[in-house]
Amino acid sequence: MKNKGFRVIFCSIVYIFLFLPISVIVVNSFNATTTKPYMSWKGFTLDWYVKLWDNSSLLEAFSNTMIIAIVSTVLATVIGTLGAIGMYRYKFKGKGLIDGLLYIPVVIPEIVLGISLLTIFANVNIPRGMLTLILAHVTFCIPFVIFNVRARLSGYDNSIEEASLDLGANRVRTFFEVTLPILAPGIFGGALLAFTLSIDDVIISYFVYGQTKTYPLKVMESVKSGVSPDVNALSTIILIATILFVVLTQGSLFKKKDRRI
Amino acid sequence: MGKIVEIEGVNKIYGSNKVVRDLNLTVDEGEFLTLLGSSGCGKTTTLRMIAGFEEPTTGTIKVEGEKVEDKEPFERNVNTVFQSYALFPHMTIFNNIAYGLRMKKVPKDEIKERVLKMMELVQLGGFEKRYPSQLSGGQRQRVAIARALINKPKVLLLDEPLGALDLKLRKQMQLELKRLQKKLNITFIYVTHDQEEALTMSDRIAVMHDGVIDQLATPSEIYEHPKTRFVATFIGETNIYDGCITRIKDGVATITLENGEVSVKCPEDFKLLEYATISVRPEKMKFSKEKVDGFGLVAQVKDYVYVGSVLKCIVILPNGNELRIERLAGQELPEIGSKCYPYWNVEDAVLIHNESHYIFEALNSIQLA
Repeated sequence: MKNKGFRVIFCSIVYIFLFLPISVIVVNSFNATTTKPYMSWKGFTLDWYVKLWDNSSLLEAFSNTMIIAIVSTVLATVIGTLGAIGMYRYKFKGKGLIDGLLYIPVVIPEIVLGISLLTIFANVNIPRGMLTLILAHVTFCIPFVIFNVRARLSGYDNSIEEASLDLGANRVRTFFEVTLPILAPGIFGGALLAFTLSIDDVIISYFVYGQTKTYPLKVMESVKSGVSPDVNALSTIILIATILFVVLTQGSLFKKKDRRI
Repeated sequence: MGKIVEIEGVNKIYGSNKVVRDLNLTVDEGEFLTLLGSSGCGKTTTLRMIAGFEEPTTGTIKVEGEKVEDKEPFERNVNTVFQSYALFPHMTIFNNIAYGLRMKKVPKDEIKERVLKMMELVQLGGFEKRYPSQLSGGQRQRVAIARALINKPKVLLLDEPLGALDLKLRKQMQLELKRLQKKLNITFIYVTHDQEEALTMSDRIAVMHDGVIDQLATPSEIYEHPKTRFVATFIGETNIYDGCITRIKDGVATITLENGEVSVKCPEDFKLLEYATISVRPEKMKFSKEKVDGFGLVAQVKDYVYVGSVLKCIVILPNGNELRIERLAGQELPEIGSKCYPYWNVEDAVLIHNESHYIFEALNSIQLA
């Protein structure tokens, strides 16, 4: 392997490129510096993690983000799953059109979606805040859930449901015993995607947030005066939580892999 | 024997497409009935109407004397084995087979006992904890059958259940299915396009064609006395001749064909000057070097194909039609290219009403006018 050295170098560069910015945040969250722009290294400290608990506006923004993400994920997942099943199972006039329209929230610039949502909310007089944020997030999350569930449905054998009916289960029972468990990986994937999209959305949220600040909006705001290390601390916590979550779900997926069709 | 399934005047129409037309069919208790036909003949639709997945457009379907056409599939005492097996991929084999009993809220201990017993019966002992994706095609097939049979249905519906298996396994499963059916004494309604499978397994065969049952009879009756041209050509190999009955004498009809006259035993419902079709199986065909009384066909020997027990002879008529004749191997034969005279025993040929003779009559009357 005469190219081995080159490969190692090349890979290292790619990984450094990917992870250096993230590691800067992690490192900075332990930085003892107290002067703006919080860049020069002044020694190790856990102060920022302690101070984080005193920064009530940042914590509130974070809890807003979590509430919005969870509520809109649940709503988008339910609507998207039912939508995907309906679109798969039934033939109706204009199905192709509706199918095509699904891609629009995905492909149009977020700024356009943001403006149009703001216009609608202003016109029907919904006060901007938690409600408008949730509605907006549900709107852009639904297509992603539908795409994910539909991908799972594409290899789906309708006669499995017929077999369940044939064996004495009524339609509701069949849905919970057969349809839902088989679609679960698709639904779960869609929900995860929706959750992620909701958590880090800035542009659309910016148009409809009113007084309810989300975590990304708060961070954006604080960037003007340099990212304060307690934001770094919270980001590091989120990062670790995400990595743990991915490791756990991937682990369970690998274990079950051998029995999936 | 009681009647278990009665289908009366059933039509199934999708838009302008009549998939099943005016179907009448009675299935006896404990019978193995096969719906045989090529794809699109309405056999699967008929099965799905009995199962409850399709609703007949008109007509009634009774199971055990009770009308079921308005009942949901889960309210009917019939079970189905699907062509794709339709096993639940997220459940173990045990749970797949137990599903029907679980839906009926059978006590857990009884479920366990019955499932294990059923698994023994279909030779799947020890596979309880596996998932369907870990089984071979034949094993999945057994699971599908066990999952249906455990509910003790009055009627088991099988939709081409062996279609996805290779030939050897299929032959083995044919015998096994037949054995299970005899042992459990359950009525089987079996859908297939494989005529050999139908002949091997069935008590009776309903040959379907364009949404209509062409003939409903025992396998030997279907093979030896086909009622329509379709049945004759669909089941087994045969030689077909179209002609007109030009003489009937002593129960033997003389049919004039394009290539000469032949003789056939004439059932009573055939009239003089009727257009009719003759079907003769290759094993009933003979040929000789000299002209045979009552037969005016002259042919040329084209080829011999040796297939072990028999020798297949292909002879060609002046109009280019090929005839297939089977001979026991080892007999003296005319040389390839030489002239021969095909014939048969008059009782070995089957005379079939030619559905198109009405068209000929109509054409004739138009010309006369």
